[in-house]
Amino acid sequence: MASVSLNNVVKSYGKVEVIHGVDLEVVDGEFLVLVGPSGCGKSTLLRMIAGLEEITDGTISIGDRIVNDVPASQRNLSMVFQSYALYPHMSVRKNLAFGLTNLKMPKPEIKRRVTEAAKVLQIEELLERKPRQLSGGQKQRVAIGRAIVREPQLFLFDEPLSNLDAELRVQMRVELADMYHRLGTTMIYVTHDQVEAMTMATRIVVLRDGIIEQVGTPFELYNFPQNKFVATFIGSPKMNMFEATVDGIGAVLPDFGTLALHVDDTWATKISVGIRPEQFALNGSGETSSTGTITLVEYLGSEVYLYVKLPSGHVVLARDNGKATHKAGDSITLSITASQAHYYGENGLRMPLFDEANS
Amino acid sequence: MLKFLRKNGPGYLFLVPWFIGFIALALGPILVSLYLAFTKYDIFSPPEWIGLENFEFMFLYDDRFLNSLQVTFTFVFLSVPGKLVFALIVAMVLDKGIRGIGFYRALFYLPSILGGSIAVAILWRQLFDYDGIVNAVLAKVGIQGPYWLNDPDYALYTLIILAMWQFGSPMLIFLAGLRSISPELYEAAEMDGTSKFKQFYAITIPLLAPVIFFNLVLQMIDAFKTFSSAFVISGGSGAPVDSLNFITLYLYNEAFTFFRMGYASALAWVLLVIIAIFTGIAFYSSRYWVYYENERD
Repeated sequence: MASVSLNNVVKSYGKVEVIHGVDLEVVDGEFLVLVGPSGCGKSTLLRMIAGLEEITDGTISIGDRIVNDVPASQRNLSMVFQSYALYPHMSVRKNLAFGLTNLKMPKPEIKRRVTEAAKVLQIEELLERKPRQLSGGQKQRVAIGRAIVREPQLFLFDEPLSNLDAELRVQMRVELADMYHRLGTTMIYVTHDQVEAMTMATRIVVLRDGIIEQVGTPFELYNFPQNKFVATFIGSPKMNMFEATVDGIGAVLPDFGTLALHVDDTWATKISVGIRPEQFALNGSGETSSTGTITLVEYLGSEVYLYVKLPSGHVVLARDNGKATHKAGDSITLSITASQAHYYGENGLRMPLFDEANS
Repeated sequence: MLKFLRKNGPGYLFLVPWFIGFIALALGPILVSLYLAFTKYDIFSPPEWIGLENFEFMFLYDDRFLNSLQVTFTFVFLSVPGKLVFALIVAMVLDKGIRGIGFYRALFYLPSILGGSIAVAILWRQLFDYDGIVNAVLAKVGIQGPYWLNDPDYALYTLIILAMWQFGSPMLIFLAGLRSISPELYEAAEMDGTSKFKQFYAITIPLLAPVIFFNLVLQMIDAFKTFSSAFVISGGSGAPVDSLNFITLYLYNEAFTFFRMGYASALAWVLLVIIAIFTGIAFYSSRYWVYYENERD
């Protein structure tokens, strides 16, 4: 196991800077997920930790050792690639053993590790097959097996589940989480799928355009997003945003009227108010409400999502339980409670409400 | 029948010119040459059936034929591996994503376009002439170059160098093959601490094997059929001392210098069989060293 420390890490390709001075501490034994939209630099960051990309500036340490100039093979880490990167001409057994033969490891030890990994990943009967004879899920298991046999101090995953179908992805997610709990090794995992991030991570790093937007536990990110980007990026379906103005009493929202709240008046008069779909009270009580028309109903079994067109024309998304019998064209009243909403200033940062600031 | 013709007639009509061309220019001459291989024929008098006599003479009494086989085999077995190795090395260098790769690709491919032409063979002749540039350069470093093209010990090797210089086409195919190997495989190997040399023989070569095989077969067939460069450089005779008397050149002279059409046809068919045998061996051996990623099990 190992901790990883990134200190003012910069990456440029020619004159284009893609990672802008990232500072990050990965705690020994944690499952850290890097998440962000395409092109945010998460894979680049992972590849710099792996040693597959040189860093332009700053330092990367694994354990107590600065590894800026240490070749990938000597960083004592394993990486699982998005495309699995299995050698197509080698059997599963040879794929698993390939890296170990480079270490000049005795044959019995290689055999022991391969057998053990195959057993753990339930791929024993596949050992003599070639990758082309495997399904996507099996290939992924072999790729993970290849990482395990090296018994590294750090695992890196680069979108390992994105080539799998939805059902397999869920299954592999559980297996990876299980593997993490069993091995207890530090893991850094890159994904653009925030459901993966939320379900697997001990901590999540949200990246955008080469900078870290927020680092926190899934709970912190969901309930206390520090800026508008994180608020709308984390959560599926995403948070509803309203542009509001602040007056002496509180925030005035279109359609809903005034939400009474203690806003620090040094902040701008124009703010954004975010409400997650489950934070609307439907046909019930709230501090302020608005009645709109349902334009679309998405029934998911245990819950139902409603697209509601408000009088201003603004369409919001609300959630109800699966037993509700809504249909398009119905009218519905949505209510908001001030304490459940999220508030962001013109600069996009979370507004320090008095209640939170004093807590 | 009428319905069939109405439906497919125009299609077949469009095929007619091709069929005429194929029968008149390909299938016809092939069959005629097969027949002529068993005859004595000098164009001026009708062919005379002599059975296997042409082949008997060829293998039992014709030293020039046996020599031409030796020349051709030496050429094939040296120029083909040489050309493939050279092409692979250049392709690997170009695959590194150097600046101006398009320019270099065109530059290296150029000899292949010109290579088959008479002009290049003439140029080669000038280069390797006793007073040519090659000897002039050697003289600068104090080496007295030989009579490259007039010395039977060197002439064939000069031609082999010419063939290797025309590496552009296999190089481009290698380059395409190298490009199709996922960079992640090398990254995974690098993380496993695999040396560059091991990456080459344990990853690049096996994954490039189908392309190597394709190039090998194509270049081998091409090398067996080498004619124009030998013709130009030897002045059409296979000189010096028959050292450039390739089987193609020999059969050409038998046919069009000595008008022994029957014997020339027999030579052509023997060449075809030789090419078929070596292609067959290549295909047979490929099952042991060529791995196809998309092969059906």
